[in-house]
Amino acid sequence: MKDDAYRRLEFIERIWRRATANPRMDWLLLALIHLAFGFGLVVLYSAANLHGLDQQVLDPVIKQSLRFALGLLILLVVARTPPQFLRAWSPWLYALSLGLLLAVTAFGEGKGAHRWLDLGILRFQPSELMKLGLPMMLAWYLHARSLPPNFKDLCVCAVLIALPFFLIAEQPDLGTALLVAVSGVFVVYLAGLSWRWILALSASSLALLPVLWQFMHEYQRNRVRVLIDPQADPLGTGWNIIQSKIAVGSGGWFGKGWLKGTQSGLDFLPEHHTDFIGAVLAEEFGFVGICALLIIYLVIIARGLKIASDARDSYSRLLAGSIAMTFFVYVAVNGGMISGMLPVVGVPLPMVSYGGTALVTLMASFGILLSIHAHRKSRKGR
Amino acid sequence: MRIALRDAGAEVRLFRTRALIGLLLMILALALVAARFFYLQVVQHREFVGRADSNRIKLQPIAPTRGRILDRAGVVLAENRSSYRLQIEREEIRDLPDTLERLGRLIELTADELAAFKRLSGATRRFIAVPLKFDLSETDIARFALDRHLFPGVEVAPYDVRYYPLGAEMAHVLGYVGRIDERDLGALDAGQYAGSSHVGKLGLEQRYESLLHGKVGFTQVEVNAQGRVLRTLSKRAPIRGADLHLSIDAELQREAIRAFGDVTGALVALDPRTGEVLCLVSVPGYDPNPFVNGISRLDYAKLINSVERPLFNRALRGVYEPGSTIKPFIGLGGLDLGLRTPDYRIYSSGVFRLPGRPERYRDWKRSGHGSVDLTQALAQSVNTYFYQLAFDMGIDRIHLWLAQFGFGAITGVDVGNEVTGLLPSREWKLRARKQPWFPGETVITGIGQGFLTATPIQLAVATATLANGGVKRQPHVLRAINEQAVVLAPAAGSIVSNQEHLNLVITGMKAVVHDPKGSARQLGIGIPYLMAAKTGTAQVYTRKANTEYDEKRTALALRNNALFIAFAPAEQPRIALAVIVEHGSSGSKAAGPIAKQVLDFYLKRNP
Repeated sequence: MKDDAYRRLEFIERIWRRATANPRMDWLLLALIHLAFGFGLVVLYSAANLHGLDQQVLDPVIKQSLRFALGLLILLVVARTPPQFLRAWSPWLYALSLGLLLAVTAFGEGKGAHRWLDLGILRFQPSELMKLGLPMMLAWYLHARSLPPNFKDLCVCAVLIALPFFLIAEQPDLGTALLVAVSGVFVVYLAGLSWRWILALSASSLALLPVLWQFMHEYQRNRVRVLIDPQADPLGTGWNIIQSKIAVGSGGWFGKGWLKGTQSGLDFLPEHHTDFIGAVLAEEFGFVGICALLIIYLVIIARGLKIASDARDSYSRLLAGSIAMTFFVYVAVNGGMISGMLPVVGVPLPMVSYGGTALVTLMASFGILLSIHAHRKSRKGR
Repeated sequence: MRIALRDAGAEVRLFRTRALIGLLLMILALALVAARFFYLQVVQHREFVGRADSNRIKLQPIAPTRGRILDRAGVVLAENRSSYRLQIEREEIRDLPDTLERLGRLIELTADELAAFKRLSGATRRFIAVPLKFDLSETDIARFALDRHLFPGVEVAPYDVRYYPLGAEMAHVLGYVGRIDERDLGALDAGQYAGSSHVGKLGLEQRYESLLHGKVGFTQVEVNAQGRVLRTLSKRAPIRGADLHLSIDAELQREAIRAFGDVTGALVALDPRTGEVLCLVSVPGYDPNPFVNGISRLDYAKLINSVERPLFNRALRGVYEPGSTIKPFIGLGGLDLGLRTPDYRIYSSGVFRLPGRPERYRDWKRSGHGSVDLTQALAQSVNTYFYQLAFDMGIDRIHLWLAQFGFGAITGVDVGNEVTGLLPSREWKLRARKQPWFPGETVITGIGQGFLTATPIQLAVATATLANGGVKRQPHVLRAINEQAVVLAPAAGSIVSNQEHLNLVITGMKAVVHDPKGSARQLGIGIPYLMAAKTGTAQVYTRKANTEYDEKRTALALRNNALFIAFAPAEQPRIALAVIVEHGSSGSKAAGPIAKQVLDFYLKRNP
């Protein structure tokens, strides 16, 4: 028995040593990830701390740390995996994600929306998997083609994007569907989609907005309506936007101080440790705190693009670029949401919002970046 | 082989251009997000701080303690009694039906109480205590105290109830407070009444609401989104309402009510020198205490349907023909307007006629009173003297003269809710009856009949004016606010131009009691002080200008009202009063003794 346990320990130690012994590790990116997560934990502790209530405030902090540890493990494993290996598995991951999405449409469960797949031990959101699956698939498809892509290739890409988009939108989770689609579009953009096409597609998607409106559920339409006039339904759909803006605005330059936020501490701000945790940060650490976080994010994004442009092959380049730009979309959408510029969509603030699946997916994508970084072109050329 | 055709360098260059453009766009977008935060957090900061504070900071009102009301000797007439109620904080309770059931075995809970509790519970948050039973008895409290540990979330809490210790005796003076209802909401300052449940509804309680109420206090508390109070930020104590000291003498009031026995009527006594109301009686009264927390429908119906009309404030709202009690005022008018001299005499044959008119106006004594001057006319209540005098004055001068004594207008006594009675005039008749004034109507006005009506307080004020040398004082009940004496309104000059005229009338009024022929001579037997008075008897239902005095119908009596006005001691009056006994038939027999009992009592207590 003792032997067995020892052997298991030894196994973990070996993985750890292999993962960290990598001389080509991007320590800057790893440090930024920890920085963002650490900042997030500090805010999470405050967000979980409701004034005047006895509760386990450390509970979510510990849980989230454990998830981060799990994510870190996945990150290190993925980082040790060569990009060629990832590339080879890309179509299979895409196919698996697509299959699970179909399964979720058939047997999924979740409050109000079919998003979750109960695998017995693990409740799991296939759309999360698709966040990686789609860009990997497109990068795999395009890396073998001459770039910029020709019309036929673009058509294939369009189909590959459209399939998961409609399946996820059907759940209904329009926000995630758009995010997944955007990660695919970024691959195509980076592959060199001609500006004429970009212009044409932008124009036609603008023109299609009214059609989209028709297909939206009533609750989704209300979220857009209250964005324009939160007072239309101040205690219902408008509540989140109003309270979030109050939290943000009352923070001022330097914030009210850690644990001193009233909007979150007194429970006026809903979802204050998940999607709206950014408002807690803004309330307690002010404009300075928000800018600090935005700068950390910006450096991560820039670093991601740098890794992409230094990548060894087309697949790695496209995938890394898409991951960096998709990360930006999370930041921008969540930031726009808590400041009342964008409708309320279920997009977490990356590395900061409480929640497991999104964090793990994110860490896996950082793992891909690190792997690509580790296998970058040498400076002296091939 | 396609791979060989690819230009790897061009692809990398293409990618780098795209990535660079992307990065610039992303920086722009993040700058836009940052700008938005700047706008909210720096530009609009002040506004959002205000909104965050109004989210979390709530003002909780603390109701002020209502001021007490005391009589002139300091006897408490209205106070706040501490009572206890049973209340339940539902959040603390696991099984509410079970708790209520077990409570019900300990303390009697009526279906009404349970229904009210259920109704209130529906509209109240779970962590706010909801009252279940009010006014717990000592035994209830003791019994609950023993088993208190079995009822977490149930508590006995103190609260204030307005209480009127003298009950029915003071109801027509004090009025009462009642629960604030929708009708009050518009009139009340919502801030000042934020913590209050009751407001003055009638009488002094209503009239001096602003003095009695006090100033509301506040605790500023921090609440969370569910409304739970987390801590107190600041506190401003309420300022209790002022204690009102009245001029009313509760002992005198009780004595007056006792004097009435079981007849209905009203009595108002004033200090003629100041206008202070010494007692204000309307019998029967009613107990105001049940009104405080809402009288039951059944009890209210009983009060409303009672033939004695206990809720009716006869002293302020009862209008009665003054009958012969008007004669001193008419007589004084005759002297003061120069229409009569002190030694002017008239012969009473028992019947009076206007020249050229067929109507006959009678004296109450069939055979007449013979030759009488003003003092005898007052002492014996000789109608003929006043028929002629009224006719000589004419209705216009009568109207102006009597108006100076306060007839036809509210006296403005601070109990409030008075009526004016009716002081007729030509214009009034033309307006109200669309008829011209007939001379016969002037004649009967001279003996206080016809259209003329007055309230008991009007009669009392007019009598006090006679007693005070013709100087009318504003009647009032409020004597001091806390210890601060109320400043009296300055008195106007005397109504009469010559005090000798007044003295002559008072001589006549003294003769009513002290002359062997006086209409109330039986009151004068063994009396230790001099009283000036006038009796009156007035028809109840005959309000028409019926010039034919129908003895038969009077004898059949839809019994007449008995009236009596008096002041004493006649030379230096300290008390003046007016009494009316409904259906008492005779002023001297029914109303006189009541007046005397009150005067005796007052003068003995205040020698």
